[in-house]
Amino acid sequence: MPAVQETVEQVRAIDVDQYKYGFVTDIEVDKAPKGLNEDIVRFISAKKGDPEWMTEWRLEAYRRWLTMREPTWARVSYPPIDFQDQYYYAAPKKQAGPKSLDEIDPAILETYKKLGIPLREQEILAGVQTSRVAVDAVFDSVSVVTTFKEELKKAGVIFCSISEAIREHPELVRKYLGSVVPVTDNFYATLNSAVFTDGSFVYVPEGVRCPMELSTYFRINEKNTGQFERTLIIADKGSYVSYLEGCTAPQRDENQLHAAVVELIALDDAEIKYSTVQNWYPGDAEGRGGVYNFVTKRGDCRGRNSKISWTQVETGSAITWKYPSCILRGDNSRGEFYSIAVSNGYQQVDSGTKMIHLGRNTTSRIISKGISAGRSQNTYRGLVSAHRKAANARNFTNCDSLLIGDQCGAHTVPYIEAKTASAVFEHEATTSKISEDQLFYCMQRGLSAEEATALIVNGFVKDVLQQLPMEFAVEAQKLISISLEGSVG
Amino acid sequence: MLEIRNLHVQIEDKKILNGLTLTVNDGEVAAIMGPNGSGKSTLSYVIAGKEDYEVLDGEVLLDGRNLLEMDPNERAAAGVFLAFQYPLEIPGVATMSFLKAALNSQRKARGEDELSTPELMKRVRGAAERLQIPQDMLKRALNVGFSGGEKKRMEILQMALLEPKFCILDETDSGLDIDALKIVSDGVNALRGDKRSFLVITHYQRLLNYIVPDTVHVMANGRVVKSGGKELALELEANGYADYRTQAA
Repeated sequence: MPAVQETVEQVRAIDVDQYKYGFVTDIEVDKAPKGLNEDIVRFISAKKGDPEWMTEWRLEAYRRWLTMREPTWARVSYPPIDFQDQYYYAAPKKQAGPKSLDEIDPAILETYKKLGIPLREQEILAGVQTSRVAVDAVFDSVSVVTTFKEELKKAGVIFCSISEAIREHPELVRKYLGSVVPVTDNFYATLNSAVFTDGSFVYVPEGVRCPMELSTYFRINEKNTGQFERTLIIADKGSYVSYLEGCTAPQRDENQLHAAVVELIALDDAEIKYSTVQNWYPGDAEGRGGVYNFVTKRGDCRGRNSKISWTQVETGSAITWKYPSCILRGDNSRGEFYSIAVSNGYQQVDSGTKMIHLGRNTTSRIISKGISAGRSQNTYRGLVSAHRKAANARNFTNCDSLLIGDQCGAHTVPYIEAKTASAVFEHEATTSKISEDQLFYCMQRGLSAEEATALIVNGFVKDVLQQLPMEFAVEAQKLISISLEGSVG
Repeated sequence: MLEIRNLHVQIEDKKILNGLTLTVNDGEVAAIMGPNGSGKSTLSYVIAGKEDYEVLDGEVLLDGRNLLEMDPNERAAAGVFLAFQYPLEIPGVATMSFLKAALNSQRKARGEDELSTPELMKRVRGAAERLQIPQDMLKRALNVGFSGGEKKRMEILQMALLEPKFCILDETDSGLDIDALKIVSDGVNALRGDKRSFLVITHYQRLLNYIVPDTVHVMANGRVVKSGGKELALELEANGYADYRTQAA
């Protein structure tokens, strides 16, 4: 595992408490006035060039949202959010729908370069030779550029921003948008439905194996700006796609709001693999600032033998409220959830999954690894349910928690509901602490305290890291070590 | 050369070492024997730098360098190796990866180049063969699910790979059957040399039939109360520790 060594070097190179992505890009922006009302919803809709049906969809969501209350059941606490004190739209001023990389503000390109995202295709080609990644980059509210578009087109794959999809592929969007996460689903999803500004759209046609990894990078740059992206991925019969999203934000004293919705639809024999490396700004050492990450992610295994797999590495955000789920509707369908959630400082994580077994012979697997350090609180919350018609539903759940230090907390809240006698659900959970003895043993062999912690943590999360595409696994490993910096010694 | 002078150590207000003095010369194999609670394991932990032990007075010098001012990893890089009585399990970390990380950290601390992976694997495989450790064990997580004997052999493998100057064997014979004891002892004997010295901590004389010491020291009540040649071990075997217990009290 040479990556262990790399992790360690990365950690050495970075000062304690320094969020690597905490820079702000100075560019001119086009903003909506602060606050939220029907006019703002119309403003956003007009800015996006929405057709009328979309504007109506948004307004309906907004009206519904006014009647809803924020959920309070999660094990997180924060002062009330003033939803009128946010900007709901911010876009880099210079361009409206860039045609090529040359039309993009060089400052934005510079930002993505700092983030290590290879926007220019030639850079991608020069980098990893064995695999290539198509990238859609979302800056505040708009999608800046999508690479490899032409090549994907040849394969019949549509990969573009959701705004473009609404304009260019309305039949697909109308058919699937809101079909997994209804407009009325929950407070944040409904808010998102009203004001979402951009995000990615993927359609993989019948029988096509997407020729490359697809990836989206999200970046919140503007102050007091919420980011509300919407992602919709449809894998038609017998197709396959692997998709990765990454997220960062500048370091700010105020809290930034992020409420995304992701919908996945897998038809007969299709497979979607969705990976997330989430590194929103977590706040400073005293718990000031950081992103509120309230996200609704759900996949629908709509067809027979379909499969949806969620893999997430969560190291960022002040508060995380997120439960990527699978609805196992098609017979023989399969859902998977692999998660690493790292919390340090004053971070609060309430995350997990829902596996809803509706079809026959459906199977699901949940592997969750929570790592808590500092004064953070890390909760796994998961639901596994079987409908009465879900004969032979099977689930295996394994939740492990690792504590570093004695001021953090780890909590496991599993819910199990089986309405058929033929369901078999297994649940395993462990909580362990990196022991002084383990650290001493590693140090006696020559590893520093940080190296020893990184090594033990990497061993703990190995099962999940193996699920990530290779190049991202290394990145994720580095991130985990960076987030745990200063937690020992 | 390891020199310990007038070492006083306590843990949680309980005094364990009471003015211990001991010198181990280069190339020497020194055995430490003594009853339970005499402070043998504490001595090994204090040399290696485990936290929780409070040094009240005294010095521990390796080739004139003050070990007590160093972190455990710095002591390791300086050449201190402790073969644990109860080696720790590191879940999810393949043995080979662990060995690589450990060796390269030490080399880096000494300003040496990292060892290439093929060279490292060659060395590890060679050592594993001598200790009759199956190759597939190197792919498994370190010490996880290993038997007591396998763990002890793995300790000696690490010792062979890291090439320390000063090796401490803390009750390495405990839990070993006679065959495993021979393998481990052969492994240790193969590492003996002019520049390397050993501190062999044991309850029983049995181990010293296989790892024959140059000197034997009897510890009681946190001090060395008698020193002699290898015949002292036989004498202890015959008469037990009773004399020393009364002497210390």
